Amino acid sequence: MKGYGAWSLIREGLRHHLGWGRAWGSPAPRRRYEVVIVGAGGHGLATAYYLARNHGITDIAVLEKSWLGGGNTGRNTTIIRSNYLHDPSAAIYEKARQLYETLSQELDFNIMFSPRGVMMLAQTEHEKRVWQRVAHANVLQGIDTRFIGPEEVKRRVPIINIDGPRYPVLGALWQPRGGTARHDAVAWGYARALDRMGVHIIENCEVTGIRTEGGKVVGVETGKGPIDCGKLALVVAGHSSRLAEMAGFRLPMESVTLQALVSEPVKPMLDVVVMANTVHGYISQSDKGELVIGGGTDGYVNYTRRGAFQHVEETVAALVETFPVLGRLRLMRQWGGIVDVTGDRSPILSKTPVENLFVNCGWGTGGFKAIPGSGWAMAELVATGEPGALAEPFALSRFREGRFIDESVAAGVAH
Amino acid sequence: MLRLTCPHCGITAEETELRPGGEAHLERAGPGASDEGFEAWLFARKNPMGVHFERWRHLYGCGKWFIAARHTVTLEVFGTYPAQTKAPPADLVERIRARLSARGGQAEPGAGAGDGEGGKA
Repeated sequence: MKGYGAWSLIREGLRHHLGWGRAWGSPAPRRRYEVVIVGAGGHGLATAYYLARNHGITDIAVLEKSWLGGGNTGRNTTIIRSNYLHDPSAAIYEKARQLYETLSQELDFNIMFSPRGVMMLAQTEHEKRVWQRVAHANVLQGIDTRFIGPEEVKRRVPIINIDGPRYPVLGALWQPRGGTARHDAVAWGYARALDRMGVHIIENCEVTGIRTEGGKVVGVETGKGPIDCGKLALVVAGHSSRLAEMAGFRLPMESVTLQALVSEPVKPMLDVVVMANTVHGYISQSDKGELVIGGGTDGYVNYTRRGAFQHVEETVAALVETFPVLGRLRLMRQWGGIVDVTGDRSPILSKTPVENLFVNCGWGTGGFKAIPGSGWAMAELVATGEPGALAEPFALSRFREGRFIDESVAAGVAH
Repeated sequence: MLRLTCPHCGITAEETELRPGGEAHLERAGPGASDEGFEAWLFARKNPMGVHFERWRHLYGCGKWFIAARHTVTLEVFGTYPAQTKAPPADLVERIRARLSARGGQAEPGAGAGDGEGGKA
């Protein structure tokens, strides 16, 4: 397999690009692995990558029921930010954001990280105070954010309507090093790096059962036969409840559909990410010129990946009010993903009632931005059997003990 | 868009007229309950790929609470009944069972795991 760079691009350009080879293979599963990770989305692949890189474990299989990165990793709106209120969230999302800064170089794969700045609008007095509070918290957490006034909002986003009528823009929380990245490339980059380290990525291999002996996990049943493992990590987002049930426990979580939309491509008009939580809409412009738009979730359990139409209507109405110029734009595509929303809307990185079985789930509507940090923390948990400082606050036991990370107050629905 | 018939006022209402209220038939943890019981009531959820018994409120209608039996993968609604019911009515459970076995899928309503359809979702 070749490195990617200017020299190889010239060489392959002269050879009609016939010599690149596959970025990752499709190996037949072995009978046993030290670690089996279920789910080849961003979080599962990142977990495998940091297990290999930080802990020297490469006897790993990553099992995927369909294709790599085909779940929420390929369905989100690609926003990266770490402007959270509570210390545990700020720590893990900022770790992820920092890793994103150099991920292209590290993986030798251009993930197109674009720290263009993330702006979270304050459209009510209450929201203004919330964002000011977050900005103060971020100062103490060492995260670079600040509260900006409506004049600066207008200067950075000339197409915005700051005068209302329903919700005038009173300011915004500004994170200059937040932004976007190419979501598929994150999965592909990790997959390629894993393949180079000898980790098996096995696609089209659905897990149909989890085998335990004396309260300890010993393997999984799959569509490609049984596979034994020393440790098992479930990293399957919206389908976590189903796998947890196979292992005999229940998770504090429900799966709902979150939708996103893209418009037809237009000339550059918006060079930051804008989130409007009060009216439930967020928007950025892709490199192709499409406006990438996200909205709210359904309020009920839904595994269809097909959300309710009224949420599209609400999101579009909110954005047209905030950006009147969008009124004539056509939308090209709409899709949904199954997001895993926990009782306190914060993720779970935890040991489980089954020994040597670990879960990483509950990222809900905001998982993409966390991928490298989540993988880093999960790898530490799986390798050592105990959570490190990043993962410890996100244990399952917090729901019994009442130690919630009540970030939904600060984050609203939009991520 | 989901359409559910309110068992109280008989109106067939669209989703926008209703407010979802989460999993039904949860055992409320009372005074003296264990931590586990309290956690189970507040947070642990079936979240099934299959039949889900869930609470709804006819918010912009009669205002009453009721329970709907709905498939979370096909979105098929099997029926609704008043919230003042401890367990799903036997005839509804029988109807769901008949419906699912006719489709060759999951036979046990309320079982958490989905059937083969889940893979295609």
